[in-house]
Amino acid sequence: MANTPDYSWPPMETRQVMGQNIKRLDGPQKSAGRAKYTSDFTRKDLLFAAYQTSPYAHARVTKVDTTPAERMPGVKAVQVVSPAGTEVQWEGTEIVAVAAVTEEIATEAVGKIKVEYEVLPHLVREDDLTKAGTHVKAAGEKTVGDPEQAFQQAEVTSDGHYGIPVVTHCCLETHGQVIEWRGDHVNCWPSTQDVTRYAGTLAPNLKVPVANIDVRMDYVGGGFGSKFAPDSWGEVCARLSQKAGGAPVKLFLDRATEQLIAGNRPSAYAKIKLGGKKDGTITAWQSESWATGGVTGGGSPPLPYIIANIPNQRQNHSAVSVNCGPQRAWRAPNNQQASYLTCCAIEDFAAKAALDPLEVFKTNLNLYAPEARRATYAWQLDKAAELAEWKQLWKLRGQGSKGAVKRGLGIGFNAWAGMGHNSQCRAIIHADGSVEIEIGTQDLGTGTRTIITQVAAETFGLPVGAVGLTIGSNQLPPDSASGGSTTVGGVSASTRKASVNALAKLYEAAAPALGVEPAQLEARGGKIQVKGGGKSLTWAEACRKIGGGGSISETGANDSRNPGGLIAAGASGIQIADVSVDTETGVVKVNRYVAVQDCGLIINPRLAESQVYGAIIMGISTALFEQRVMDEQTGRMLNADMEFYKLAGISDIGDIVVHMDIRPENDKRGVIGLGEPPAIAICAAIGNAVANAIGVRVPRIPMTPDHVLDTLDGRAV
Amino acid sequence: MKSKKDPGSSAGPNPGFSRRGFLGVGLGSGAVGVGLLEKPAVAEPAGAEVVGPQAVPVTLNINGKPVNLTLEPRVTLLDAMRNYIGLTGAKKVCDRATCGACTVMLNGKIVYSCTVLAIDAQGKEIQTIEGLAAPGELHPVSAAFWNNDAQQCGYCTPGFVMAATGFLKENPNPTDADVRHGLGGNFCRCGTYMGIRKAVLEAAETLKKGGASNG
Ligand code: FES
Ligand code: FES
Repeated sequence: MANTPDYSWPPMETRQVMGQNIKRLDGPQKSAGRAKYTSDFTRKDLLFAAYQTSPYAHARVTKVDTTPAERMPGVKAVQVVSPAGTEVQWEGTEIVAVAAVTEEIATEAVGKIKVEYEVLPHLVREDDLTKAGTHVKAAGEKTVGDPEQAFQQAEVTSDGHYGIPVVTHCCLETHGQVIEWRGDHVNCWPSTQDVTRYAGTLAPNLKVPVANIDVRMDYVGGGFGSKFAPDSWGEVCARLSQKAGGAPVKLFLDRATEQLIAGNRPSAYAKIKLGGKKDGTITAWQSESWATGGVTGGGSPPLPYIIANIPNQRQNHSAVSVNCGPQRAWRAPNNQQASYLTCCAIEDFAAKAALDPLEVFKTNLNLYAPEARRATYAWQLDKAAELAEWKQLWKLRGQGSKGAVKRGLGIGFNAWAGMGHNSQCRAIIHADGSVEIEIGTQDLGTGTRTIITQVAAETFGLPVGAVGLTIGSNQLPPDSASGGSTTVGGVSASTRKASVNALAKLYEAAAPALGVEPAQLEARGGKIQVKGGGKSLTWAEACRKIGGGGSISETGANDSRNPGGLIAAGASGIQIADVSVDTETGVVKVNRYVAVQDCGLIINPRLAESQVYGAIIMGISTALFEQRVMDEQTGRMLNADMEFYKLAGISDIGDIVVHMDIRPENDKRGVIGLGEPPAIAICAAIGNAVANAIGVRVPRIPMTPDHVLDTLDGRAV
Repeated sequence: MKSKKDPGSSAGPNPGFSRRGFLGVGLGSGAVGVGLLEKPAVAEPAGAEVVGPQAVPVTLNINGKPVNLTLEPRVTLLDAMRNYIGLTGAKKVCDRATCGACTVMLNGKIVYSCTVLAIDAQGKEIQTIEGLAAPGELHPVSAAFWNNDAQQCGYCTPGFVMAATGFLKENPNPTDADVRHGLGGNFCRCGTYMGIRKAVLEAAETLKKGGASNG
């Protein structure tokens, strides 16, 4: 083809299918219980597997005696994961797995295996740095400008302590997979965020060529950043299958093990000092922060968040190593912590200066990075304030309500890249008029199926019902992991390109019948027509002109390094929490939560809103309830379950108001990911609202009654 | 009205701490109350039949059809459905009466099936999400969940649909506040509660009008 085809999105006002609130295409399957998740896998010859895990946070395995399990009828394979001599670094480490004909036998048999340990000293809490001793490592220092002088000259200075704990992903479908290893071929049904790369990651461990590994997944019950890799259980599951003569083995973590080892968000704690002028201009930042993401330390929030260009800064950060399950990416890694630490420090500065924090956030817009987003934040601050009735409801810190129940408002901000990932798509148009789209991607519940179909339908001028879609297999054109809010950009761009390429071929087939050049044709309203009106063929008639093999098959690719104009990076949002705090019981209730969010061009507003609602609800859950509670005495997690690891329920979330910022200037930028940005600022906004309500900073998330009452009684750290 | 998270008042103290002792806990949303199970395990009367530990014949009446199985007495109703019958709509998430993902109806009342033994479900009408609508059709509650985008990953959805169906039986004219209280026994990690609130109110209207689904 001589010229590159025009892939650009149709203008906002002419879109027919994109921009519509199409109902989630897999909604009927999900809401009727017919969607089959990997954990729903059933087959006559299926074996069930279970783990025995370490009860100790730090120990050396001295003996693993598997004979009691091997003797049990119904046991088909035993796989030792941590043989004698292994140093176990956290509770929940997998020691041995058993596959058996029933789940009951597998669980009982693995429990009978005798494991002995030499218990070693541990550290499982990092909240008090003075008790962490040699587990603390310097992890970065930075000085900008002249912080010393800036603090001396500051008209207002504020100080605060802030902490945000480790929380777990708590996916409702736990981590696991079904694997069948027969001969030299391995069939995998994982619960994963990365169908395309699963085989490539597993292959070296099994010493099987990637080409011999088949991966299939239709539905996944949550991931949130914790399900990118096959993990050690992928390999263990495969070996159990091999040992059992190739029968498929299902190995899913139980809830306790899921909470212990299958992912958590690193903590972050900091002492932060701000200096500035009476008018609210911030001139100096000083922070001493620390965090843990498990044994390797980890967790380094980018400070100061968004307001990155404060002219004078001194920072130092330490990493604490604890004997707890390792961190995994958690819906906007490091950003929630950074947003919390920064927004709380700004709010405390505003309170000290007796200024309205909304004004302080605005006064310092010229310090926001990147510059290009400043105008958007300015607009969003006003819009969020309007929706939250800030002017009417906000009062100076602690000067609100008279009674025991105090009301307060607080602000948080977010920023995220969300550039589309590498993705390839195949679009097939058959002579009978049917259309198929194929991409090796996955739909985490974000609506990926629906938006791919909308993009293809828009391009072909067809309704969504006319477009078939296949995803969820590594036999399809490769996509990438669904992480970092990169999927919508990747798949929408690759689908657009593949569809435009296929359509160009259809134009070539149909042009002679219409007596024009292919370039003069367009696809609209179920027709292939001459641009600007005139002659046309119905879609079906045009497809009948396809000669040769009877179908057109074209591919399209998104290259994240060279994305063209279809997609972009850089979403931003402002959120405001409105809470009531009962100062007698310490209970915090969310009255209303306002989110103003941009994410460029929106393919399906209903699904986009659902993403924002979901992110906020997950955020409210972490702000009010969630924390991993570790017992230093025993080294164990006290709430590795769902009774005491508490998630927000339907009555805990107040009213949520979402405003998608779809102004034309945002639409023009192209598609930007949305999964993480709205999940970032909730602890910040709620933490600030609580401080505003009760007149004093509750330093530690979650805003539980004990944290609130401790603060009110002057017992907080 | 009573949330699922309230322990059932008749469960009483349970010295044996057996799984059966929790039977009183996993009761449905809304005003389902207790008394659903004939005998709380604590006070197992003398002379009660002792079965197991080996597998025994079990007949479950699921979605109007008897299903004959051979199960160890320790198998829960949830595991029986998922692992032995292939009914996988109900999900195993917490496996201890906290999250509601395993919700089914037993004699028309909502229960957490992870906390009912299969042998104790014999002689009762078990309704699962698979029994709510004929293949290819959608029950009005499922349809309302779809219409209001009350699902993301969808893993909690079957449990919520069953809980909502049971809730609407007991509360055909709910307010928004009733919904918030009555569905407190189920959790969603993806955060679909806003859609669920709307879906349950919409389903209440549809059911009152005779229940045509739009599937
Ligand atoms: S699995 Fe039964 S209540 Fe959670
Ligand atoms: S939709 Fe994912 S847990 Fe509810």
